[in-house]
Amino acid sequence: MNENLGSPVAAPYTTTSNNPGRIMATVMVALAPSTLYGFWLYGWPSIYLWLITIASAMLGEAFFLRAMDRQASKALTDGSAILTGWLLAVSLPPWAPWWIGAFGGLFGIVLGKHVFGGLGQNLFNPAMVARVALLISFPVQMTSWVGAAPLFAEGSPGPLDGLVILFKGIPAAFDAMTSATTLGFSKTEMSRGVDLLQSAAHAPALSMIGERAGSMGETAAWLIIAGGLMLIIKRVISWHIPVAMLVGVALPAAALNAYDPAHFLDAQTHLMSGGVMLGAFFIATDYVTSPNSPVGRLVFGFGCGLLTYVIRTWAGYPEGVAFAVMLMNALTPIIDSHFRPRIYGRNRKGLPLQVAD
Amino acid sequence: MGFLDRFFKEPSWGVHPDDHKRPAADAPLRILPTPERVYMPLSQHVGGAARPIVVVGQKVLKGQLLADAQGNISAPIHAPVSGTVFSIGEVTAPHASGLPFRAITIESDGQDRWIDTELVADPFALAPEDIARKAAAAGVVGLGGATFPSAVKFALGKRLKVETLIVNGGECEPYLSSDDRIMRDFADQVVDGVRLVMHAIGAKEALVGIEDNKPEAIAAMRKAAASFSEVKICPVPTRYPMGSDKQLIQTLTGKEVPSNARAAEVGVLVHNVSTCAAVHKAVRLGQPLVERIVTLNGGAIATPGNIYAPLGTLVTDLLAFVGLKGEPARLILGGPMMGTPLAHDRIPLVKGASGILAFNAAEAATPEAGPCIRCGTCADACPMGLLPMEMAAHIRVEDFEGAEGYALGDCISCGCCAYVCPSHIPLVQYFSYAKGELMAAERVKLRTDATKRLAEARSARIEREKQEKAEAAARRKAEKDAAAAAKAAAAKAPAKDSGQAQGETV
Ligand code: SF4
Ligand code: SF4
Repeated sequence: MNENLGSPVAAPYTTTSNNPGRIMATVMVALAPSTLYGFWLYGWPSIYLWLITIASAMLGEAFFLRAMDRQASKALTDGSAILTGWLLAVSLPPWAPWWIGAFGGLFGIVLGKHVFGGLGQNLFNPAMVARVALLISFPVQMTSWVGAAPLFAEGSPGPLDGLVILFKGIPAAFDAMTSATTLGFSKTEMSRGVDLLQSAAHAPALSMIGERAGSMGETAAWLIIAGGLMLIIKRVISWHIPVAMLVGVALPAAALNAYDPAHFLDAQTHLMSGGVMLGAFFIATDYVTSPNSPVGRLVFGFGCGLLTYVIRTWAGYPEGVAFAVMLMNALTPIIDSHFRPRIYGRNRKGLPLQVAD
Repeated sequence: MGFLDRFFKEPSWGVHPDDHKRPAADAPLRILPTPERVYMPLSQHVGGAARPIVVVGQKVLKGQLLADAQGNISAPIHAPVSGTVFSIGEVTAPHASGLPFRAITIESDGQDRWIDTELVADPFALAPEDIARKAAAAGVVGLGGATFPSAVKFALGKRLKVETLIVNGGECEPYLSSDDRIMRDFADQVVDGVRLVMHAIGAKEALVGIEDNKPEAIAAMRKAAASFSEVKICPVPTRYPMGSDKQLIQTLTGKEVPSNARAAEVGVLVHNVSTCAAVHKAVRLGQPLVERIVTLNGGAIATPGNIYAPLGTLVTDLLAFVGLKGEPARLILGGPMMGTPLAHDRIPLVKGASGILAFNAAEAATPEAGPCIRCGTCADACPMGLLPMEMAAHIRVEDFEGAEGYALGDCISCGCCAYVCPSHIPLVQYFSYAKGELMAAERVKLRTDATKRLAEARSARIEREKQEKAEAAARRKAEKDAAAAAKAAAAKAPAKDSGQAQGETV
């Protein structure tokens, strides 16, 4: 008989056909529509930037795996480096210079992931580590937004202009395209003493469709929601974090807006602005850096939302998703140890149930 | 299955593997021709091995006692065929990795002659203890795989006044269909056995849980139980591990067994459908447990299905009977989720063997394990509500106490976590290893504690003796001093303490 029959493999002898590569691929499929929309909206420079960011993330991964003597090709195909690069790319200003993407990809993989010991070991979301590092190091480039310049539309940069923008910066011809985000605009106006009721008239319009200034892949709320719902239905993520995070933003926003509309933006603006949607469905839900019990996920998601709101409203930065997610990442181990699922036959404290007479 | 069902109807725990039960489950039951030789292991149950009472060369009839139960928890072994006792003792398997086992080998005379059996017309007139006694004498053990002597469980149920008997017809393991087959073909025997077990433990009702992927079995059992209102047939959702005692109890009664208690303490007792059929045969027909239905399934088998075979039949003979399509890449005793790998096929069929699986290369392929991506899928699937990835993380760095802090001891080794893990981490292997290490540590601790207690007792004794001696010495000295003083007083001369040192240091 076959000599391998006795190989000491323990049960079960059958297993799911699922694997990390497939999970990452599903996430990418869910992410694709909003990204493609971003390409259309912001044109060639954004496409180049996306490519550069992902390439640099993969390069960083390959380098580290080679250095640590693990098979580079196998780990690269699990897609986690691509996904990190992708998530970072879509959160960048679409016309940022090439080195923002290149640095960012490396930052994310090196500081965000391999410093902690590689896949599954990192405390913080690698894409957000990179975003925050870039924001602190290069505040100007990281907050230079452009308005929509749909591909092939008149006046939008062609493939060559795109390269120029990427490598030389935004030329004078396209200067008119720079724009502010709603959050950034209101913050600046408020700091000048113009309250929201007055500034609202000139504020850049928000739209569900996503035709607004913002990061490459964060503007099309409805496409992000569609992708997120697909992930929930396919059971790649659970609903807890996204719902809790959106509630965490909307609740305080609605309350304070009702209390003083002149100084606090309304809930809808908060939900539709910046990285909230992308953060709720694609960033905060990162497996490695979020809690693993349902209650823990609710707490974590709500914390992400609430902190986002707090940072946006009272801190120096107009946008707070990246900071909020990283702060909650740091709390994840504590949340995990506090909100464990109840064990069969034990109470919430982990003590055996009493036998009722 | 409707989309909403996925969210609302099914339990939140467990997994839903491809069941691979059909066509094997639908193939009619086949009877194995009596093999030339059978090997009855002396230990096919939880508890003490049986003690042989026959001698080599002795002629035995089918059903004759070969080895008697030994100790409080044990079960006897009977002859599965009529013939001659060929050998008693170690059977060395002809394979390097095969462990030897103690067995009684019988050469069949091909006639299959039974011993005289005692028919009982009205077993319900018997005392409950008599039912337990008959089941014990017939060597009935849990046939779902646990192989715990049934009579011991009856006694426990009776003592704790169990009200509800749960009958396990879940058979949630993929590939297996022996319980399905027994319910379809012998529903009357099963129901009669259920009622006998109820009588033995004094239960008022019996809930028969059958997964809803076995509609034929449900129909057959409903028909058989139609005139007995105390026996309720309850279809349960198809979900692995529904056939695990704790999960079935929860699904059928809503009760949870406390983690440090036995099911009987919450008023329920679980017996498998095949066990109930064996009780029926033991009590009503006086037939000991010498045969069983076993599923032969897997991609390497030519005609998969259920076989009625004498215990002690070699797996080789069973495989030859159903035919092989090619060399099996893996042999498993039991189901693919919790079964045991077989190192070779010269292993006899035992009481707890509900299936023998022969996997082809595609089925046996195990993907390479990757790093944990902390996706939490394992925790969502765990029917016990444990956190497999946390336990594994502690075990990986040999921190077994840390894993115990996550209630590793409550793990039922069902394999759901390892089944769903996208990184294919052999979690159950981790857990078995850690449980073994913890058990070993516990044993060492008990031993060192005992040694320590002995040592402490010894030093306490030495201390006490020393003290006693010192006290005695002091007493003697005082007496002597007093005597000397008296003498001195009497002699009016200074006394000399010269003799004092003597006899006081030992
Ligand atoms: S299912 Fe596997 S990869 Fe996912 S958390 Fe559990 S052990 Fe880790
Ligand atoms: S941890 Fe134990 S009980 Fe939970 S799914 Fe894994 S094997 Fe089953």
